Amino acid sequence: MTFGGGYAMLPILQREVVENKKWATEEELTDYFAIGQCTPGVIAVNTATFIGQKNCGIIGGIIATIGVVFPSLVIIIILAGLITNFANLAIVKNAFAGIRVCVCVLIFNAICKLWKSSVKDRLTLCIFLAVTVASCFLNISPAIFVLVTVGIGIVLELLGKGVNKT
Amino acid sequence: MILLRLYWEFFKTGLFSVGGGLATLPFLSRMADTTGWFTHSQLADMIAVSESTPGPLGVNMATYVGFVSAGIPGAILATLGLITPSIVIILIIAAFLRSFKDNRFVKTTFYCLRPASTGLIAAAGLSVAELTLVHSNTRNAGLLNLLDWKAIILVLILLILTRRVKKTKNLHPIIWILVSAVVGIVFNFANV
Repeated sequence: MTFGGGYAMLPILQREVVENKKWATEEELTDYFAIGQCTPGVIAVNTATFIGQKNCGIIGGIIATIGVVFPSLVIIIILAGLITNFANLAIVKNAFAGIRVCVCVLIFNAICKLWKSSVKDRLTLCIFLAVTVASCFLNISPAIFVLVTVGIGIVLELLGKGVNKT
Repeated sequence: MILLRLYWEFFKTGLFSVGGGLATLPFLSRMADTTGWFTHSQLADMIAVSESTPGPLGVNMATYVGFVSAGIPGAILATLGLITPSIVIILIIAAFLRSFKDNRFVKTTFYCLRPASTGLIAAAGLSVAELTLVHSNTRNAGLLNLLDWKAIILVLILLILTRRVKKTKNLHPIIWILVSAVVGIVFNFANV
């Protein structure tokens, strides 16, 4: 039961997985979370797969993942059903018009947080600006940007200009 | 057929969205354009629903989009599509855990990927803002009517409350969503 995305899950995982069930140590959990962040996909899902895999192999990985996803699935299906049925009421329309404004602010705040952890020097600033401008004005799939950036990362490392020069 | 396409579209989203949370937003925004399964304002509603219910944002969004476009089977397949790449990739990486995290190619690549992901989310966020703050039917209107002033005032108030005021800064997003819903109802935000 985690509200508000992947990061909300960490404290709950710490209590359940490390302290109560002893499925993983504190350090392992931090490792899983770090890798969950730097692999594609939803962080909570990635972490769950890791913990499941460590304790019961591949089957464990799959079952733990389905466990993370299942409550959301049920709750959202119920809500989606309700919303589609009541979407045409004036009061619901007004409420969602207000909520959409709030969503803009929430996205803006999330971007500010992401900015702090991702834009650290001239290189990362250039990548941020280039991607923002290009994806505003060009009709290209985000996947292309991801692939190009992966290419840039590999080339930089090949040229010996990676982040880990020591 | 739509079920297979749902699975495939969300499989791609799961494969390419890096950084969790809102990282799926640019892909969903693109999906709204290319597939027509949902509109951009439905996408904005979806973000609010995801922020106020338990569970990871990406999963909630996949379920919601799947349900809106193809009922309960759609919801299940879209969600499975989103998590399949995660499961496969993690199971592979788990085999050589530490060497992956400390690999210099992985480090540099993700150093570059993080700002790219932020940029993609910023661009998608701008289109949500445009949808919300700029009136769509403005053929005969001047600059004053171009912007939705009621919405902009609410944006400014929320920005101050969520970023500057110490007492309210760390409140859960669901509080702001509820407050905005009430403001929307009281001040007739949808103009109906």
